[in-house]
Amino acid sequence: MKQVSLNNVVKTYDKQTTVLHNINVTIEAGEFFVLVGPSGCGKSTMLRMIAGLEDITAGEMYIDEQVVNDLPPVKRELSMVFQNYALYPHLTVAQNISFGLHAKKMSKATIQQRVEDVAKTLQLTAYLTRKPRELSGGQRQRVALARAIVSDAKICLMDEPLSNLDAKLRTHMRAEIKQLQRKLGITMIYVTHDQIEAMTMGDRIMILHEGEIQQIGKPIDIYNYPANPFVATFIGSPPMNIAPATIRADGFFIDEQFILPNEMNERFTKHHTLVMGIRPEHITHIKTKNAHPLPITLRNIELLGTETIISFAVGTHTWHARMPGQWALDVGQHLTVYLPSDAFYYYDAQTGELLKKATIVGHFERLGDL
Amino acid sequence: MKQLTHMRSALLYLLPSLILFTVFIFYPMFRTLYLSFFLTDAKGNASVAVGLDNYIHLFTSSQFLNSMKATLLFVLYTVPLGIVIALFLALLANEKLKGIGFFRTIFSSTMGVSVAASSVIWLFLFHPSIGMFNHVLQLLHLPQVQWLVDPDWALLSVAITTIWMNTGFSFLIILGGLQNIDQTLYESAQIDGANYWYRLRRITIPMLSPTLFFISTISLINAFQTFGQIDILTKGGPTQATNLIVYSIYREAFVNYQFGTASAQAVILFVIVLFVTILQFKLGEKKVHYQ
Ligand SMILES: Nc1ncnc2c1ncn2[C@@H]1O[C@H](COP(=O)(O)OP(=O)(O)OP(=O)(O)O)[C@@H](O)[C@H]1O
Ligand SMILES: [Mg+2]
Repeated sequence: MKQVSLNNVVKTYDKQTTVLHNINVTIEAGEFFVLVGPSGCGKSTMLRMIAGLEDITAGEMYIDEQVVNDLPPVKRELSMVFQNYALYPHLTVAQNISFGLHAKKMSKATIQQRVEDVAKTLQLTAYLTRKPRELSGGQRQRVALARAIVSDAKICLMDEPLSNLDAKLRTHMRAEIKQLQRKLGITMIYVTHDQIEAMTMGDRIMILHEGEIQQIGKPIDIYNYPANPFVATFIGSPPMNIAPATIRADGFFIDEQFILPNEMNERFTKHHTLVMGIRPEHITHIKTKNAHPLPITLRNIELLGTETIISFAVGTHTWHARMPGQWALDVGQHLTVYLPSDAFYYYDAQTGELLKKATIVGHFERLGDL
Repeated sequence: MKQLTHMRSALLYLLPSLILFTVFIFYPMFRTLYLSFFLTDAKGNASVAVGLDNYIHLFTSSQFLNSMKATLLFVLYTVPLGIVIALFLALLANEKLKGIGFFRTIFSSTMGVSVAASSVIWLFLFHPSIGMFNHVLQLLHLPQVQWLVDPDWALLSVAITTIWMNTGFSFLIILGGLQNIDQTLYESAQIDGANYWYRLRRITIPMLSPTLFFISTISLINAFQTFGQIDILTKGGPTQATNLIVYSIYREAFVNYQFGTASAQAVILFVIVLFVTILQFKLGEKKVHYQ
């Protein structure tokens, strides 16, 4: 097992466009680390720098204690799964899997043994003599996985490996990759732009936006305590409801619409405006003690079976609420929803800094408590 | 009824190319085949039917057999070496180096030079007294070579010229093929620790095989049909050493006015090229990897 550390790493293309700014992160040995962010934020670039396929413009990168900035890819002892799988179309599945082993001049017997073992693990034994074009998408994906793990490298890099698969297969492969990683104890660095993948697979996730780290942490902590409005709206579906609010003596206003009485006036004395946020599942139709009513007009209703998602306007912003169960509602209908004051997040309007967390979250339920 | 209308409009669309093909390809082909069974008058009209006599005459004529031999040697000299050189240059030009665009232009530049112009350039290079080659030999204190006059050297000299002339085209096609190869294959191989030669042997060459196959077919056919540079550089001499088959056909028809035997030679050339191409496709099919 190996640790990967990046210390003030910067990447600049063509001496002018900086795509990664001061990346500081340590990926622990044996960890499943997910790198997530919107398209073009620099995820692939960071992964390719770790692989050694791109130079590091500034800063240091370590694998365990060793500085690897100038080490060629092969010396870093890692494996990589590419988004398009990068299978050799003219070679059979077995030849694809053993390509790297041959390149490292291992003995024929060892190679055959390893290929057979890996093929068995990934249920590819029946396809060893086929060419990649004779395989389905999921099987190709597994060949790519097999090629990565056959090398026995302790670090595995994956760049959106599931993005070419259909939804069902993706769910299946998610579990399969996660299991494999645990079983082999690999340090996994996994790139995706899919937040569900990030949440379900990562031991820790790192959110990247325009080349800057937004937050690093356990998925559930990031969900509960998003460090800034970007993270708040990036993780979660539908995203957190967010709007800049004006603080007045009598309460918080979003575009002149009253939202919440100001009970902690003194806490935000420095601020005239801030960004308020509330998760859709915390907006309820039930009146509770510290919840404030908000009269709304329904704009859209999505019946999802287990839950119903409604949208409505708050000032000029569209907010969503998630209500458990199935509701018979009509567009244009008037309704009152309740906003619990302990469900609100407050962010600095300028810096995006989290000023106050919601306190409604973070109370885990335990089976024993029932 | 409907089919008939379809047929009519199909024919209408085909008409322009049918006319062109008939006038410039089908008619000359059948006319050639027809003439090869006749003796002709000076205007090229068939006069006496002789059956297979023209063919029998050719296969017993030492001049024709020599011409065949020279052609085969010429193909052997130019085709493999030409492709290897073009491949080498393309591999060089495909590296991401500063100013490589300049070299790409230079390497492909022979494509823009006509056969006549390049032959004349080489005529000067080969010139026994003012030519550059002999000048270099002199500087190195080596004996002078009569490039185009010495029967041992003439075919080789023409082959060198031809390779140079064809390199531009082959280079460009192979470079295109190289740039079509998915870069992630190389990145993956790099992570696996494959060195340059291993990558070349296991990725580049197999992935390039359709392109190489195409280029070898084209080069082979071109080599069999070489004419222009022979006409300008050696006129088939010395002592028939460079009398390649197409040049021989030309001389037979337009110098000796023997259209019958010229046609028979053309038919033989056609059969040989057809046979070689079929053979190549049969062998190539197994080795070539198409996506
Ligand atoms: N070779 C290059 N030269 C210049 N700019 C580049 C190069 N490669 C990537 N970039 C730029 O760097 C930025 C980050 O690219 P990168 O491929 O890392 O994004 P990404 O996060 O992987 O996005 P996606 O989710 O779409 O794959 C982009 O703005 C891209 O335009
Ligand atoms: Mg990417």
